[in-house]
Amino acid sequence: MQTFDLEAQGLRALNSTLHAQADNTNQTHWEIVNPKGSHAIAVGLDAPIEVNIKGSTGYYCAGMNKQATVHVHGSVGPGTAENMMSGMVVVEGDASQYAGATGHGGTLVIKGNASSRCGISMKGIDIIVHGNIGHMSAFMAQSGNLVVCGDAGEALGDSLYEARLFVRGSVKSLGADCIEKEMRPEHIALLEELLERGGCDANASEFKRYGSARKLYNFNIDNAY
Amino acid sequence: MKDDQKGAPRTMPIQSATFSNPVNAEIRRAAATGIYDIRGGGAKRKLPHFDDLLFLGASISRYPLEGYRERCDTNVTLGTRFAKNPIQLDIPVTIAGMSFGALSGGAKEALGRGATMAGTSTTTGDGGMTEEERGHSNKLVYQYLPSRYGMNPDDLRRCDAIEIVVGQGAKPGGGGMLLGQKISDRVAEMRNLPKGIDQRSACRHPDWTGPDDLEIKILELREITNWEKPIYIKVGGARPYFDTTLAVKAGADVVVLDGMQGGTAATQDVFIEHVGQPILACIREAVRALQDLDMHREVQLVVSGGIRTGADVAKAMALGADAVAIGTAALIALGDNDPKWEAEYNALGTTAGAYDDWHEGQDPAGITTQDPELMKRFDPIEGGRRLNNYLKVMTLEAQTIARACGKNHLHNLEPEDLCAVTLEAAAMAKIPLAGTDWYPGKPGTSY
Ligand SMILES: Cc1cc2nc3c(=O)[nH]c(=O)nc-3n(C[C@H](O)[C@H](O)[C@H](O)COP(=O)(O)O)c2cc1C
Repeated sequence: MQTFDLEAQGLRALNSTLHAQADNTNQTHWEIVNPKGSHAIAVGLDAPIEVNIKGSTGYYCAGMNKQATVHVHGSVGPGTAENMMSGMVVVEGDASQYAGATGHGGTLVIKGNASSRCGISMKGIDIIVHGNIGHMSAFMAQSGNLVVCGDAGEALGDSLYEARLFVRGSVKSLGADCIEKEMRPEHIALLEELLERGGCDANASEFKRYGSARKLYNFNIDNAY
Repeated sequence: MKDDQKGAPRTMPIQSATFSNPVNAEIRRAAATGIYDIRGGGAKRKLPHFDDLLFLGASISRYPLEGYRERCDTNVTLGTRFAKNPIQLDIPVTIAGMSFGALSGGAKEALGRGATMAGTSTTTGDGGMTEEERGHSNKLVYQYLPSRYGMNPDDLRRCDAIEIVVGQGAKPGGGGMLLGQKISDRVAEMRNLPKGIDQRSACRHPDWTGPDDLEIKILELREITNWEKPIYIKVGGARPYFDTTLAVKAGADVVVLDGMQGGTAATQDVFIEHVGQPILACIREAVRALQDLDMHREVQLVVSGGIRTGADVAKAMALGADAVAIGTAALIALGDNDPKWEAEYNALGTTAGAYDDWHEGQDPAGITTQDPELMKRFDPIEGGRRLNNYLKVMTLEAQTIARACGKNHLHNLEPEDLCAVTLEAAAMAKIPLAGTDWYPGKPGTSY
């Protein structure tokens, strides 16, 4: 295992070292100590490596991740795993705003709570939150799955496209064009797989599913010309 | 003229200047449909513009350069502040960001071909990077937009510069809309959305809000791309002094400033015509911000919005810009709104030169469409040749003016080379009214 002291060696050295790891690297395990809330830690990774961050991070931790597994043993600032393409990001603590924003793929697991705009504009990522999520989450979410084991804040799924939202607890309010949908067996099966991937022992049958009413998809035909 | 019973003359019917025919037609259209008008293009109203400025030329006190013989350089380097690999361009006219989706793949290819031949850059747009434009553009600027459609780290790494789009001149504060008609399988796939539905582009970035966040976002993008790429910030002409100041504070290498005449692929007409400032009013304020920060020429300024000729280029540069960007003019050079399609424009209820329903995807010229049959009409190789010709003419025109002003580089043009022919232009561009040494608001004057 390689240990990297962020405070001593600096952000540029960290990211360029991690970027230098190729698909066939032998140095597959990395530990980052002294993150101390720094921004842009482990961004743009593109190799099947595992990075353990020992502490809390600032903005955009693991942004645009591909292939790598990034495990934060602390909490994360805004925009963690933003625009992730593949791989996995696990946060032991809480996540600030915009967690998983615009993510195209991969899995983001937040073991604590996530703040507002979790999964905003998500484009294929799977997000599993063990706790609660804040307001305006999954705004304009296009595809992928958002699983919330706790409660969701106001305006969940506003202007939603095709993303699927599963919430176990209460939903303060639904955003425009977001409605509760039937939980069919295929959704239960999908959710069970997501819960397992997210290391969550919740029972899939306790969740409700929300999705798009698809009424904002085109200008109302009565108004078309 | 109606006859009155006594045969006396009557007043002429007079059309109201306020309730003009176009205004009334719009009221009737709104009443019939219940929906606002969406269209492409820029502001159509007459605005103070570069036409309201003139160059003085040489005289006894200013020595001109020989028209065709003496050197007048046109190159420009963008991104000298932080980027390891600044962009070197042969000419200061760049191609503005226009989305694949709004434009066909062939049109994007032609822009790449023409720009590359002319030695300049082209820019992606909402909807991501296509192979056509990467393959044919020697220098490609990759837009980082609120929608993040098609955004991915591989394209970030294979572009030559990154442009964070905060706003556009046609719609500062507005998002975008690509109507379902134009969402082909390919467009849908690039944007991760179902085919045939209207695609909205958000007006705000999803993962940062103010300038402090933007600074961190720029740090992230630089870290991902190894600090190689110049980072541009594009803003609409709203508050150019403050926007430029904040963009510089956030760490921009280049500020792109787009005035209200700037084109759009599809926006509400009310937005295009009523929000934002004309580019003429924006340039000096942006330059003042750069000068106040001691960053003029260190952070480059690219301006756009209604640039059509080499004279416009020279005037923008004399006001302090380092380069310009063109959208609408490039499309016209490719063949958009060409009178040769007049019969088909008529069939669409319009006429060549006025066609702006680009969002409907029925462009007879095959440029702003995803319809395979219409797209066949457009030849990217010929389009590229035409664009290159046009860019060359603009450059020659700008050089002609610069030489007449005694300048051996377009960058040496300066406000002192200009006069204004209207009071409005004098005030906005801070250029003396012709025949005077005064402009409204000039320091030391009381009116
Ligand atoms: C068809 C079309 C599509 C455009 N798409 C984008 C876009 O995706 N992103 C963007 O920042 N600006 C877009 N613009 C605006 C241009 O980048 C540029 O700001 C504007 O065209 C400059 O003004 P001009 O058209 O008068 O030259 C678009 C403009 C046009 C005409």
